Amino acid sequence: MAHFEKARSLGEWFDQRLNTTGFIKVMMTEYWIPKDINFLWAMGMILAFTFKILIISGIFLLMYYKPDVDMAFDSVNYTIMQEVGYGWLFRHIHGVGASLVFLIIYIHMFTGIYYGSYKKGREMIWLSGMLLLILFSAEAFSGYMLPWGQMSYWAAYVITNIFGGIPVIGDELVVWIRGNFYVADSTLTRFFMLHVFLIPIAILGGIAFHFYTLRIPHVNNQKGEEIDFEEEANKYLTGRKKVSKVIPFWPVFMAKDVFVLSVFLFFFFYLTFYHFNFAMDPVNFDPANGLKTPAHIYPEWYFLWSYEVLRGFFFDIGGLKAADIGLVAFGFAQIIFALMPWLDKSPTVAPANQRPYFNAWFWIMIVILIILTIYGKLPPTGTNAWVGFYSSIAFILLFLALPIVTMKEAEKTASSIKPTGGKH
Amino acid sequence: MKELKIFGVITFFTLVTYWGVEPLAHSIFHPHVEPADFQFKDLEAITTTTNSDVAKGKELTSQNCIGCHSINNEGISAQVDKQTAIDNYGVFPPDLSTAGLIYESNYLANFIKHPVKAGKLEHKYDGVNKFYIMPDYSWMSNEDIHSMVAYFKSIAPTKLTNKEVFIDACGRCHNMKYDKVKADSDVTKVMGSTPPDLSMIIRSRGEHYLETFINDPQKHLKGTAMLRIGLNESAQKQVIKYLEEIGDSKKAEREAIAPYVLGFLGFMIFVSLLWKREVWSEVK
Repeated sequence: MAHFEKARSLGEWFDQRLNTTGFIKVMMTEYWIPKDINFLWAMGMILAFTFKILIISGIFLLMYYKPDVDMAFDSVNYTIMQEVGYGWLFRHIHGVGASLVFLIIYIHMFTGIYYGSYKKGREMIWLSGMLLLILFSAEAFSGYMLPWGQMSYWAAYVITNIFGGIPVIGDELVVWIRGNFYVADSTLTRFFMLHVFLIPIAILGGIAFHFYTLRIPHVNNQKGEEIDFEEEANKYLTGRKKVSKVIPFWPVFMAKDVFVLSVFLFFFFYLTFYHFNFAMDPVNFDPANGLKTPAHIYPEWYFLWSYEVLRGFFFDIGGLKAADIGLVAFGFAQIIFALMPWLDKSPTVAPANQRPYFNAWFWIMIVILIILTIYGKLPPTGTNAWVGFYSSIAFILLFLALPIVTMKEAEKTASSIKPTGGKH
Repeated sequence: MKELKIFGVITFFTLVTYWGVEPLAHSIFHPHVEPADFQFKDLEAITTTTNSDVAKGKELTSQNCIGCHSINNEGISAQVDKQTAIDNYGVFPPDLSTAGLIYESNYLANFIKHPVKAGKLEHKYDGVNKFYIMPDYSWMSNEDIHSMVAYFKSIAPTKLTNKEVFIDACGRCHNMKYDKVKADSDVTKVMGSTPPDLSMIIRSRGEHYLETFINDPQKHLKGTAMLRIGLNESAQKQVIKYLEEIGDSKKAEREAIAPYVLGFLGFMIFVSLLWKREVWSEVK
């Protein structure tokens, strides 16, 4: 047995047993972050905090929610919204939070792409982030079903139907996912389980893993500069704080984060109280009715771009059925972002505005995603269908072109350096 | 400065996306319709062009209406009991006590004269194969019809609660489950579809849509079996208020606590900015 002295304080007592001082150093006061950052570097903590808000509000909702097709709608819209003290507040927070978490995920993700934070050792950060995106998407989709309104039902119907397009096993797979031949009580109950247990657990694990992946390659900075973290940390610890290129996670990095977080929360709660319809679709306040198809079926805004890629291919091409092409394109859209580290062939880690070709590529990508998002909601008729078709093609071509664009860029950068013989 | 620029760029792209998926999409899903017309200008001017006589109206009412309708506040009860009426007609004819208060006068006159026309249900009841439950009174003179309307107005109460207006105006067909209001007739057979429960309609349609929809259902839902009911402006306001009291019962609470929460968060922004400056002054 290890030797233990009698502790002189409670802090020491814990320190002896848990090495709390060591832990705090490693996790906070000597966990180094680059100093050259802007507020976009706060998105990670905002996401962690928003997820916490979702868990807490979700726990309160879980106490009154009934996962049964006959009771679900009323348990949400009557019991929670009207009977339970501040139940409406928890639901609004949960609904708005679910939408905003995706806004921040996308900002976080595009920040990573803009600054090239997915390559040269940071591939695992990127991949674990993409895994979290998939998990959050599954979480959002399963949660959207629970109020059992018209959109819950029909979104569940349309999305589970997509799996029917998979060759050979498609039809059986749809039945297996739904637990019935149509979207039914069994579907609701299993998605309830996924939403409140399996996926949240996986997300918690995913977040821990995502944090861990940052440890070795470290957080990127605004210039993509390579930093000797040990040397810079030494400068900081020896009092040369202004010269050092790094700051500790606590309190310096967090001081900035808390400010950005406060601004975000102000926006969050403004929406929660005054402007919630964008996140809580009015159509979903009509009870689910399998015999009455809503005039327009669309997913929540954060799925619209990939939904539009799915339905953008609306006519058969060369013997291939439109639905099959759409499904392949949809599959492509789901995985292509995860491949960013290998599609970007340029070794340069720098913000896009310092990379001639990639800069154009990045902004075109943003514009195409926004077009896809907007047209993913509009009725796919007439011109809209063609805009969807061409922007889906543009989206695919854009990613197929990325290796070429970045290779050319690498060549250009290399040749522009050679004459002077300068080092980068 | 640089951070403000980044913030501006993100705000811009977020707002463009928001504009596309919300205002733009909704303007396409729900094309603009003319504002509610509480004068019902498409109908013949009856009450404005004729004189009326309340006493005559009373006499005409007792000759023509009370065979089917009750007028409870005049002590006139229905000649048929509810169940028999429902079995025979599918619906229970409404009590007429409050008609003079909640319906627009000229609309009411037109409804008596041509129920299907005033209700805009010609596509459902062609008068050849399918007849509306209430017959036309187009054989009556406009002046007589006006007199009956005047009589209804003379006996109507001066004020009703929001819920009472709802029950008289909507409650014969629609349920309001969250206030335990049950429609007194099952009109599924007569109408061809079941009128929806209205408990959450204020959240699913919103005040703005309901304003024009209740005033003229065909505007938004061409071909619907719901008749234009002819509520006057104040009665319709009361109905919408009631829908809000039930479907969005925590609105007042929501709006009351919002300033405190936002005030606190505004304070947080201020304090955290001071803290950030203090901490960063050491390193930058």
